[in-house]
Amino acid sequence: MKERYFPVEENSEIQTRVYLFFGFIITILALYLIRAYDLQINQKAYFEGLAENNRMRIVSVMPSRGIIFDRHGIALVNNIPSFNLYAVRGDMADPSAVLDRLSTFILIEDIDRIRKELLLKKEPLVLTKIKENLSLSEIAKVEGHSSDLPGIKITAELRRNAVYGKLAAHSVGYVGEVSKAQLKLERYRGFRQGDRVGQSGIEQAYDSTIRGVPGKKWVEVNVMGQELNVLREEKPVEGDDIFLTLDLKLQKVAEEALGEEAGSVVAIDPVNGEVLALVSRPAFDPNSLSEGISTRTLLPLLNDKSRPLMNRSIQGQYPPGSTFKIIMGAAILETKEADPSYSIRCNGFMQFGNRAFRDWKKEGHGSVDFRRSIVESCDVYYYQMGNRMGVDTIAKFANLFGFGKRTGFLLASEKPGLIPSTAWKKKRLKEPWYPGETLSVSIGQGYVLVTPLQMGMMISAVANDGTLYTPKMIQKVRSRRTGVNQDEPPAKATPVEISKETLGLLRSALTDVVQTPQGTAFRSKSEFVPFAGKTGTAQVVVIKKGDDRKKKLAKEINDHAWFVSYAPLEKPKIAVVVLVEHGGHGGSAAAPIAKKVIEAYLVPDAPTHPAETSPKANPVTVEG
Amino acid sequence: MLSMLPQKRFDLLDWFFFGALFAIFGISLLTIYSVTSSTPPSFSNMPLYLKQFFWILLGMVVFTVFATIDYHESARFAYPLYFLSVFLLLVVLVLGREINGAQRWISIGTLNFQPSELTKVSTLLLLAKYFSDHPPGKGLNIQKLAIPCALLLVPMILVLKQPDLGTALAILSIFFSIVFVIGFRSKFLIYFLLLSLMIVPFIGQVLWGGLKQYQKDRIITFLNPANDPMGTGWHIIQSKIAIGSAGFWGKGLGDGTQSQLKFLPERATDFIFAVFSEEWGFMGIVVLFSLFAFLCWWGIDVAHKAKDLLGVLIAVGIVGILSFYFLVNAGMALAVLPVVGVPLPFVSYGGSAMVTNLGLLGLLLNIKLKRFVLFH
Repeated sequence: MKERYFPVEENSEIQTRVYLFFGFIITILALYLIRAYDLQINQKAYFEGLAENNRMRIVSVMPSRGIIFDRHGIALVNNIPSFNLYAVRGDMADPSAVLDRLSTFILIEDIDRIRKELLLKKEPLVLTKIKENLSLSEIAKVEGHSSDLPGIKITAELRRNAVYGKLAAHSVGYVGEVSKAQLKLERYRGFRQGDRVGQSGIEQAYDSTIRGVPGKKWVEVNVMGQELNVLREEKPVEGDDIFLTLDLKLQKVAEEALGEEAGSVVAIDPVNGEVLALVSRPAFDPNSLSEGISTRTLLPLLNDKSRPLMNRSIQGQYPPGSTFKIIMGAAILETKEADPSYSIRCNGFMQFGNRAFRDWKKEGHGSVDFRRSIVESCDVYYYQMGNRMGVDTIAKFANLFGFGKRTGFLLASEKPGLIPSTAWKKKRLKEPWYPGETLSVSIGQGYVLVTPLQMGMMISAVANDGTLYTPKMIQKVRSRRTGVNQDEPPAKATPVEISKETLGLLRSALTDVVQTPQGTAFRSKSEFVPFAGKTGTAQVVVIKKGDDRKKKLAKEINDHAWFVSYAPLEKPKIAVVVLVEHGGHGGSAAAPIAKKVIEAYLVPDAPTHPAETSPKANPVTVEG
Repeated sequence: MLSMLPQKRFDLLDWFFFGALFAIFGISLLTIYSVTSSTPPSFSNMPLYLKQFFWILLGMVVFTVFATIDYHESARFAYPLYFLSVFLLLVVLVLGREINGAQRWISIGTLNFQPSELTKVSTLLLLAKYFSDHPPGKGLNIQKLAIPCALLLVPMILVLKQPDLGTALAILSIFFSIVFVIGFRSKFLIYFLLLSLMIVPFIGQVLWGGLKQYQKDRIITFLNPANDPMGTGWHIIQSKIAIGSAGFWGKGLGDGTQSQLKFLPERATDFIFAVFSEEWGFMGIVVLFSLFAFLCWWGIDVAHKAKDLLGVLIAVGIVGILSFYFLVNAGMALAVLPVVGVPLPFVSYGGSAMVTNLGLLGLLLNIKLKRFVLFH
């Protein structure tokens, strides 16, 4: 590069410094390149994450859940708008300070728990719910200070609303956040923490139908985490509406008739196996459980000794007591163990081995034939017949009527009940069957356990002349998108292998239980509609000889009161089962409830429901 | 335009210079296109990349003009130009104060004119002419620096009052480049200056990092009130994210999410380096740096071979101011320097800067072409 023709003074020094100057520039460029390398190669993943979170967020757009209607199209559960307050950890430089500031504007319950949850949040963009159902003044306060509350946002959401509160609560169920345990199940694959799913009842059983498919929204956000605009949106698919077979009016009557008692009422249409009413008391309020912060409301319910979350209609397993005599009667006639006219002598007890098995009527029923054994519910008749047939024959007929196994009802966690047999006892208890135990089984005690719904299906089968249905509670599903109704298939029907003659004799006897003065339910005879039924009084504890169980028994060991019934006598349209936990006598505690339900269903215009009943605590109005 | 130049006197390096310059123009147009193509042009609103293209054409005309005018002729106008620019800066300051706090423009009819562009050129010519007229002999000392410092400070203070920190520092960079090349009497001073210049970005970073946020904000607000201190940090973060997330190969033209979703501010101007880096990644930065380094080398070569001190000093001043802009802009985008709103030369959208910078390159070319001429 020595091509200088006109060298300047001190040229070599200046030339050197010109190169030095270039070296200086190149050095800085090189340092910049190292910096760029560090950002783009070493820290690439970090900045990629930031860029992804930065440019847009994917927000789930929850579909509105389908509405649950009763059989006449009255909405039981719908959705109402609710303004909820959320925090986005990723948008908050100092979450704790923001929470403190927020708490000066509005009341935050459980602020310490929320603070902890927020600080421990692993995914910074997943929302943390702070408060639900903000009032207008709370919304105004938060919005007014939004520039001081980075990462705090109010979202308008749809809240599940059980229109009639506790009414039919166990049937419709409730909606709650998917639990950590559920997230591990195949069924909840693809769900994320915070998603809301049906947790019981129809909400759970038909969750995939009701829920719809969530949409997604790609939103651009600013530094405060506020949405600037929507870049792309996948619309959610709204959940489908469900029409139940439940009759809201009947459900309401049944709930009010049961009153504050714990127990169950099941009303079935015996013609098609549709569930008309399904009551379980005590009940819970789905609305309080459907709120997001569920642990607060759920725990007290879980710990409640009266077990309000349990659906007694399908999960309550009770000894059937004398209602079991319907099964016994069918077995006796079918096996020809005794002629209907065959009589025994009832002295009020039966001596078996060294033990006297007592009749509920101390003085005895005298001469008892088949009809009378049912009408007056003579225990001694069944002790003798049971002893003659043996437990396995009894079990066979009980199984024919659907006992000892789940009915196949759609709601989750249905219990199968228990019908004991010699094989069962050997297998489960590793003990031989003692003949004395057969006597207990003969009157629906001992190991025998049934659910109210099983009873409903059994009495329906008797009423409809021998068809055992799988209970059906969904009438149809209406697509929200197309508006097309899809009828559910009819209830699965299984013929009960019992002769028509036997069923006729049983119905005749059951009619006399209510219609004749000797009958155990005669006092509940309706002046508007004749009905048939069978009372049951199931012992909770074994009453030892000499005890007078009538006297001041504590409520917990009082007997369960049963009544199974159907009406009208010809071509029955409704079968009603009532169980009152610790209600005492079936005839006095359960039968009047069944009567109210039957009358309400069959003669709705009757000048009914005497003023004797106390004003109900829960005035429920049936409106659209 | 280039055909007007004495091409037979071009050497291979000159052709490479034009290649590098046009490659940088290409980068500029592509990047501006990618950040503005989403906004459809209206009748009255020409697309920005097209505007930039026309500014480049105009700039090349100015480039050719300066390349053909003898730099000694240009230097003869140094003093009149200098006083004109000082006068215009005063006019802007007076008028600007009446309108709002940060007025940099003079409107003559429909033509907008930015006196600070003239100030850069005139100060450059003035300093080069002063030092070549008063050769410092064995090097500079404080006495010999007094007059040039005074000449420098007048326009600098006026520009700072606009306020325009970027241009003020650019003028300072011309001074430092020239003074550095001339050299100081004391060897110690040379090495001290060299050393301090080398470590300025890092020492600056340490000093700056040691300040409290409110102090930084105060300093920035003091020096450049137009800058929103709350916004500054945000812009830096977004720029880092844009560059860092690009990786080695970048996200591709028009696929820079940071740029496209407008997380980056001033995408076609001050932060165009971040946009370019996001689209082309580390590779793009290497290419851009290489092109610019080549331009610098060409300018340094011109300075090295210049036939007289005036030529050397003008050339060094030009390389100095262009490097200053390039390094400050890239340094800001890479978050190693505080946010100073200066354009990336030849890349950022902007007519005034493009025309001025190409004029300066034209001046450089002229110095190179004149090295064979005996008499002028």
